Amino acid sequence: MSAASYDVAIVGGGPAGLSAAIELRARGVAKVALFERGDEAGGIPRHCGHPLFGMREFGRILTGPAYARRLVAAALAAGVTVLPKHTVVHTGPGGRLTVASPNGIETIQAARILIATGAREATRAQLLVPGLRPLGVMNTAALQAFVYQEGRVPFRRPLIVGSELVSLSAILTCRSHGIRPIAMVENELDVQARRAFFALPRVLRVPVMPGAQILAIEGRPRVTSVRLRLADGTETLLACDGVIFSGRFVPEAALTEASALVLDPATGGPEIDQHGRGSDPGIFFAGNMVHPIETAGHCWAEGRRVAGMIAAELADRAKSEPKEARGRRVIAGAGLKYVVPQRLTTEGTGTAPVLNVRALGAANGQLILSDGSGTILRSQSINAAPQKPIRFSLAGLDLAGESSDLRLRLEPKA
Amino acid sequence: MVAFGNPVDTAIIGAGVVGCAMARRFCLEGASVVVLERAPDILSGASKANSAILHTGFDAPPGSVELQCMQAGYAEYMQIREDFNLPILDTGAMVAAWSDSEEARLPELLEQALLNGVADARLLSRAEVVAREPALGAHVRAALLVPREVIIDPWSAPLAYAMQAKALGAGFHFNAGLLSARFDGDLWHLQTPIGTLTARSVINAAGIHGDSVERMLIGGSQFEIRPRKGQFVVFDKAAAKHLRTILLPVPTARTKGVVLIRTIFGNLLVGPTAEEQEERDRPDVTRPELDMLIAKAVELVPALAQAQVTAVYAGLRPASEEKHYRLHSLPEKGYFCAGGIRSTGLTAALGIARHVHGLWAQDRTAGGKPITAPPIFPLPNLAEHLPRDWQVPGHGGIVCHCEMVTGREIEAALSSPLPPGDFGGLRRRTRCAMGRCQGFNCLARLNSLTEGRLSVPIAPEADR
Ligand SMILES: Cc1cc2nc3c(=O)[nH]c(=O)nc-3n(C[C@H](O)[C@H](O)[C@H](O)COP(=O)(O)OP(=O)(O)OC[C@H]3O[C@@H](n4cnc5c(N)ncnc54)[C@H](O)[C@@H]3O)c2cc1C
Ligand SMILES: Cc1cc2nc3c(=O)[nH]c(=O)nc-3n(C[C@H](O)[C@H](O)[C@H](O)COP(=O)(O)OP(=O)(O)OC[C@H]3O[C@@H](n4cnc5c(N)ncnc54)[C@H](O)[C@@H]3O)c2cc1C
Repeated sequence: MSAASYDVAIVGGGPAGLSAAIELRARGVAKVALFERGDEAGGIPRHCGHPLFGMREFGRILTGPAYARRLVAAALAAGVTVLPKHTVVHTGPGGRLTVASPNGIETIQAARILIATGAREATRAQLLVPGLRPLGVMNTAALQAFVYQEGRVPFRRPLIVGSELVSLSAILTCRSHGIRPIAMVENELDVQARRAFFALPRVLRVPVMPGAQILAIEGRPRVTSVRLRLADGTETLLACDGVIFSGRFVPEAALTEASALVLDPATGGPEIDQHGRGSDPGIFFAGNMVHPIETAGHCWAEGRRVAGMIAAELADRAKSEPKEARGRRVIAGAGLKYVVPQRLTTEGTGTAPVLNVRALGAANGQLILSDGSGTILRSQSINAAPQKPIRFSLAGLDLAGESSDLRLRLEPKA
Repeated sequence: MVAFGNPVDTAIIGAGVVGCAMARRFCLEGASVVVLERAPDILSGASKANSAILHTGFDAPPGSVELQCMQAGYAEYMQIREDFNLPILDTGAMVAAWSDSEEARLPELLEQALLNGVADARLLSRAEVVAREPALGAHVRAALLVPREVIIDPWSAPLAYAMQAKALGAGFHFNAGLLSARFDGDLWHLQTPIGTLTARSVINAAGIHGDSVERMLIGGSQFEIRPRKGQFVVFDKAAAKHLRTILLPVPTARTKGVVLIRTIFGNLLVGPTAEEQEERDRPDVTRPELDMLIAKAVELVPALAQAQVTAVYAGLRPASEEKHYRLHSLPEKGYFCAGGIRSTGLTAALGIARHVHGLWAQDRTAGGKPITAPPIFPLPNLAEHLPRDWQVPGHGGIVCHCEMVTGREIEAALSSPLPPGDFGGLRRRTRCAMGRCQGFNCLARLNSLTEGRLSVPIAPEADR
């Protein structure tokens, strides 16, 4: 059996993968396949029943499922081959993919591959949270799948762990299904999303407790309580029937790892250049797997941008062999958790690169970009909540000609 | 209430690996058997949380019953494993020495291995160790290689024993913990929350509650359980590439020590700790110990500094005040005890079952004839290195993406003759939600797929 072949094979049918697929077709790329391991394409928004999607893409506010349906319909209308229940288990050099579906295993050939497998929330185990291991402990995404997809309420009085945007989304999900969170705890000393947003838990009378450490999850077979040490050092036992671990996103990089592509330990996702190209020149990346985590709208825009690059490369005969171009490294220096992309190449066209930056905590001060000799190339003042995405524009900077590593660091305000 | 009917030849208290192996052995020998288990499923005690090594017995006390049971258990596992499609991961083990004093102890360990009949054990020089395991920390000195220590699937094996017993007529009853017992001079009357069972003999395989069950049965106990907790950290599958061989430390008098080991499911495991504790039903994980295990793993294999954690868990060893197994009986009452099976029970279970049956058969006979051609059946393979269901067309789609568990596998487990009683049981039978996302993607779906089919549901019944 000869391998099915495509111009571009996209792995992952979330906002990033879908928008890339649509854009590729719009730019005249003939054969675009999108492989999605779930029962339907749409990605995480499929089970986010609340509205906060679609402004950038459709100019209106949609719920997650409605948004996902629109994207999928647009992809189908554009002539994308959408293949749900297809899991890509391996990508090899030269554009080979191994795909598992209910029909068994097949090999696919593609001129370019785009991996957009998204991100997931850290689990209780990853966070090394102590105690017993009862039923009723889950991530926000699982809770949303319970209530929005399966029509089931897994608990009534859960504790929410984390204070990112998604943690607030967990409160909304709970409250619209008769679930009353007993509190929101955060082990960092400060909440992780913008303070102004915490009017929501205040209004809904969900106490927010930064600086609280979980000493033990209790209960068997189901959660009955959580033992905490509060910021002031006192210990307390909160009765609850569930625990929601929200946020602390990690890229879904299983496929990337299995395929031996280079990872950045700082993001946990692939190392890429400003076009989304990874360590294999024929494989590109987009969406939350490269930067845990951004909004769906951001991932959608990024998918389009990377698709533009891929389409241009496929159209340009001279370049249709993927180019190895490693470029200058960008290193996340003091105070920063990560900088994406990790490499800047002079190759390729498009808009001036923007660095996508995340600080280690709240960021208040100057972001400073310097080169190998320590010369400061640009600085930008910044004041952001801990998990807030920070953009550092490189517009107008001439980075060609030199090859030394670039370093971005945060100089806190005195 | 269950109508238990006529007295059975033997009642087994506890469905850990020892109880399951016991049920199988007695059924094969023609006895009628009922197993009473307190929990909603088999393998709810120590047997759900071990290191999954099939030991050769190289470091067991020479001449002990434990050694004899381990070696008999090892041999029988190898003999029956193809009948049940039970896997092994043929890794071998290395007792690695990391200091002068540890290196100095290797020859005595080799001597003990040879004395215990593990003839293929041998010493490896530093160069040989490094050639075999290049990712080990630079300070490794030398090692004792024990080629036939292997890794198994710790849940499918006892499940196979139990399923064969069930196929031979054994009754398995869950949520049926022994509450009280009376011997009327002829028969045992065993009271449980689901009814009272009568039996001509009773076998105590209650693990961590072995001593209290013994007291319940015969009024006193020859031994005292001293729970010893073992915590583990499971690293992501990507970490497994750093190590092939089971990495054992030079043992101390108290414990086998912290092991670094692949799992048959493709992960890398570090553990267990050895912590004495009072509570018998509290296998909790604690932060300093988890941190210690991770630090230890990184010390042994520095590349693990980048590894992600997939899961953490703990098991309670049913240790007693003495090191040896507590195998004893009161033949006049038809009481038999397989207690204190501390840290080698996965390996030894089939051997322990033979041993206890030997004691039992000294002065009693089974109601039926020994089975000459027992039913055999392949269990679904869950081992990562062997073909899995998702590779076979017609599976209906993957439910758990991290562990690649298909809808067909979930359904097969739920409708099997010995279906899971709780979510843990389903996880152990299929691997669902055992992977890196721990149910982020599939938990809600699994709840729907299992609704009304687990005695302890994943989420309480929907009330809207
Ligand atoms: C609980 C929660 C609430 C959120 N709420 C909001 C919100 O209100 N507003 C907002 O803007 N954003 C929200 N987000 C973020 C938003 O969902 C993401 O930004 C967006 O979905 C990211 O898109 P993506 O395409 O990168 O990845 P995803 O949407 O995660 O899609 C990745 C897809 O890849 C598939 N996949 C993974 N591996 C493979 C493989 N090997 N083979 C085939 N397919 C594979 C997955 O099944 C998935 O469908 C929320 C996220 C979560 C978790
Ligand atoms: C950390 C750790 C690592 C280990 N590593 C290995 C290894 O690598 N290799 C190896 O061979 N062995 C290993 N072991 C040892 C092995 O797991 C145990 O020896 C074995 O599981 C003991 O089995 P059991 O059936 O005696 O006890 P259990 O599995 O505890 O079973 C006892 C059962 O009795 C039930 N019960 C209790 N009270 C009652 C009652 N009143 N009525 C009814 N039922 C009752 C319990 O619910 C339980 O299911 C390890 C153990 C631990 C804890």
